[in-house]
Amino acid sequence: MIFGAILAGGTGSRMNISDMPKQFLNLGDKPIILHTLEKFLTCPRFDCIYVGVHPDWLTHMRDLVAKHIGQTDKIKLVPGGSDRNSTIFNIIDDIETVFGASDEHIIVTHDAVRPFVTLKMIEENIDAALQHGAVDTVAPAVDTIVCSTDGKQISSIPDRSTMYQGQTPQSFNINLLKSLFADLSETEKQTLTDACKICVVRNHPVYMVEGNSANLKITTISDYKIAQAMVGGKVID
Amino acid sequence: MINYVYQLVSPKVFSIKYEDISFGDKVIVRPNYMAICHADQRYYLGQRDIKVLNKKLPMALIHECCGKVVYDPTGTFSVGQRVVMIPNTPVRHDDVIFENYDKSSYFLSSGHDGFMREYVDLPPDRIVPYSGIEDPVAAITEFISVAVHASVRFDRAAHPIRRRIAIWGDGSLSYTVANVLKKTFPKTEICVIGMDIRKLSHFSFVDQTYLSGEIPDSFTADHCFECCGGAGSPYAIDDIIRYINPQGTVILMGVSENKVAINTRDILEKGLTFVGSSRSGRADFERAVELLGNKDFEDRMRVIISQDRPVCSIKDILRVFANDLTTPFKTVFKWNM
Repeated sequence: MIFGAILAGGTGSRMNISDMPKQFLNLGDKPIILHTLEKFLTCPRFDCIYVGVHPDWLTHMRDLVAKHIGQTDKIKLVPGGSDRNSTIFNIIDDIETVFGASDEHIIVTHDAVRPFVTLKMIEENIDAALQHGAVDTVAPAVDTIVCSTDGKQISSIPDRSTMYQGQTPQSFNINLLKSLFADLSETEKQTLTDACKICVVRNHPVYMVEGNSANLKITTISDYKIAQAMVGGKVID
Repeated sequence: MINYVYQLVSPKVFSIKYEDISFGDKVIVRPNYMAICHADQRYYLGQRDIKVLNKKLPMALIHECCGKVVYDPTGTFSVGQRVVMIPNTPVRHDDVIFENYDKSSYFLSSGHDGFMREYVDLPPDRIVPYSGIEDPVAAITEFISVAVHASVRFDRAAHPIRRRIAIWGDGSLSYTVANVLKKTFPKTEICVIGMDIRKLSHFSFVDQTYLSGEIPDSFTADHCFECCGGAGSPYAIDDIIRYINPQGTVILMGVSENKVAINTRDILEKGLTFVGSSRSGRADFERAVELLGNKDFEDRMRVIISQDRPVCSIKDILRVFANDLTTPFKTVFKWNM
């Protein structure tokens, strides 16, 4: 089976413009997370779409779904965890409780605050996850990437043609992800910034799917202003 | 949901508009295959009047398209169902005036965004389902519906003597009109007059074909269809007035950017009726889908389709429009954006 997993477990906002998590801020006329969820709903290949939401905001999310989308068995809300990967594993736990475990299960994880994801990216993630087991969505780096080990001086400048910016969706064969994660030490787990790194740390190949620069992650106030301008929404000064 | 709309912003330049579409009362369709029309090509090349371009662009092109339903709050269609989309959008019903001529109607890809989008949201009555038809052929249903509409206008306007109908033009429109007329009026002789012997050789199902310079002096037709448009219009209309029998009906279908001088003396003398026919409505789409259910009809339409490689990027959009200029009939491509 194929599952969507929209990750909205956080409560923080680096924007400081609202007392609610950024995924619930309006983009155009509705919350960012609904744009993302609706795009996932248009992919008929999903058997179920999970949304991992911070426990404090579960009821709010449930109300939004009822108001904007209506009654549907296709969406399931689960409490988010303390970080990104624990939210993913909360979702996987629920999948295995409800649908049972299977070597065939695929999960397409996606940031709630990337509403500009396209159906093409989702479809290519599913196809590549079925074939390769682990997939990341990336966009070629536009800026030159510089490395600094001390935060003061440049230690190296890698060849930009080999640099990509990681986006989401990130998609996995569920059993593969579980087994790789179980194999990590606690120290290794502390270094994880995203789910693909679980595979990379254990040298499991991760296939790349082409993202685009519009698939931005709305994290800061400037991201939010750009996103609002892109959809013709009200830009906050 | 954020929808990607691929708009022509100026000749040969595309950009993306991001628009919010709601899960409201409209059906959401994922475009699958598209076909290029001459009207799209004129916008793409900047061959429309500059005032028209300034008024209508930016705009998504393409009004010939089939797709799959991805969401339908109305319950009219099932998810995954194959459909064709009607670009004409009436805002009222009139018992006399066809929806495609009503001044209040608008047309997607003429002043409003056409189908070059990630998703298209339409009311259920602007969508016609199909099955058993190959998707690349279904992509030109709108084009066929235009020919169907012309045959309906003809049937209503023309007197009942219909021994022979002559069609001027040897392009896609002429071919499609001939195919529709042959099915709709099987007892009528269909004759096609064109300029290009290679193109005329495709019309294997009609009764006669002639090069325009080799029409026999004795040739006559009870009624005629003008399917040339452009620079060929004045010559075709002049020929039609010369060869048509008295009180015949002439269906004008070709688009010309320039005004055309016509021989009114002979129109009056012969008592001719001229009927303009453009675009189509839902009933024409339904008839077009019905016609495509006939294997011979579908096979004949497939002959004029040049299938280009899938479109996966804006660069690919530029490629299919460039390639369309080199294909003799219709260019169809899979939409993978």
